[in-house]
Amino acid sequence: MVALDFLAVLEQWPALLRGAAFTLGLTAVSAAVGGIVGVACGWARAWGAPWLAALVGVYVELIRNTPFIVQLFFIYFGLPSLGLKLTPEVASVIAMVVNLGAYAAEIVRAGIENTPKGQIEAARSLAMNEWQVFTRVVLPPALGRVWPAMVSQIVIVMLGSAVCGQIAAQELSYAANLILSRNFRGFEAYLIATAIYLAMAIGIRQFLNWAGPRWIFGR
Amino acid sequence: MKLRRPFLMAALMAASLVPLFAQAQAALDEVMAKKVINIAIPTDFPPYGYVGTDLKPQGLDIDMANYIGAKLGVKVELVPVTSANRIAYLQTKKADLVISTLGKNAEREKVIDFTAAYSPFFQAVFASKGTPIKGAADLAGKTVGVTRGAIEDLELTKIAPPTADIKRFEDNNATVSAFVSGQVQVIATGASVAGNMMARNPQLGAEYKFVLKDSPNFIGVAKGEDKLRLKVNEIIAGAKSSGDLDKMATKWLGRPAGELPN
Repeated sequence: MVALDFLAVLEQWPALLRGAAFTLGLTAVSAAVGGIVGVACGWARAWGAPWLAALVGVYVELIRNTPFIVQLFFIYFGLPSLGLKLTPEVASVIAMVVNLGAYAAEIVRAGIENTPKGQIEAARSLAMNEWQVFTRVVLPPALGRVWPAMVSQIVIVMLGSAVCGQIAAQELSYAANLILSRNFRGFEAYLIATAIYLAMAIGIRQFLNWAGPRWIFGR
Repeated sequence: MKLRRPFLMAALMAASLVPLFAQAQAALDEVMAKKVINIAIPTDFPPYGYVGTDLKPQGLDIDMANYIGAKLGVKVELVPVTSANRIAYLQTKKADLVISTLGKNAEREKVIDFTAAYSPFFQAVFASKGTPIKGAADLAGKTVGVTRGAIEDLELTKIAPPTADIKRFEDNNATVSAFVSGQVQVIATGASVAGNMMARNPQLGAEYKFVLKDSPNFIGVAKGEDKLRLKVNEIIAGAKSSGDLDKMATKWLGRPAGELPN
């Protein structure tokens, strides 16, 4: 008989809490840096010189067409053979930044390319330089248009960080797996981890939907 | 209307869980009726279980699985598992037996039952020749790679000093990769895994440091499946006296099974 025993898992709450905090931290750093990478690459693909757009195109397609876990393993297990040793934490952040950057680039590009021509011409006729046109006139409304997609992508990356436990980064699913391997309460451990992931995903979505218009692309 | 679907989903999920909580003691009858036995085996654990160049699992555990299937007169369905998930496969009845270099300990005995031992095994700590390690205390300040949930993880966790940085990986391949790529200085693993790793990577200069545990392998059965357990015990006892166990151990490990606990 299998009887459910949530207490056996819940008494490990410090590990779960640490794991959840670690996942949130990973996500926060990756979202911030990955978002900047995304904007830069989105700009390069939509407005940059042809060679730059092509280069970024290679990056975007390479990342979007390979599994996240393979990218992660390449960074953690592969780069040391080139002499670059990273801790699991740093490797996880880099993998997530690189991954989010590629997806965010396409999302931002979609927003930029949807900018009405007249708006750009109007800005130029006011003698704004290209930097001003992009940062003041093109980018804020573009981000506003694609914000829901961007938020979704950040949530996806947060959920995807569950595989970072595979390289011993101590995030939430690592904590759940560790508890499972200690007391074999797999169903309970995963159910609780699932509930925490769900709560974090909803929380991040709510927060970004609130924060975006205020701090990122509002006026 | 909007609320209905979640309820339906919940009901379906609950219904799908019911088989989890039913049917104790029926495993052997079911196996004999269906003429098929599901046996969980490792595929990342040479020479006990690994995938050969023909992509078919092979090794001591696979031989043992087929041996038991043949003695029962039923077809063997091999279910590949990892160290981390093999017990869950037994608990959820995805496998009738786990023949996956499974060691016996008190925590595991709470959730599954064990047959007699069928093959020898030991876990130890390995590192390069240049790393001075004599005992557990020397692990202080070093990074140690280990497969999460394996016996060596439990033993290491007990004896390692608090300053040892233990990194737990999902399966043996990841643990070995971490050591080979230099991400961890020390590896705690089974003798067979280490032997295989050292044979393929002589440049590491890795050597045996100290033993964590002698732990012969047992076959796991779901808690309370005494009929199946006793039947398998009978087969193991037969194989022991006929010399078949020694033959298998010699074929894969290069030494006979020797004295094994019941």
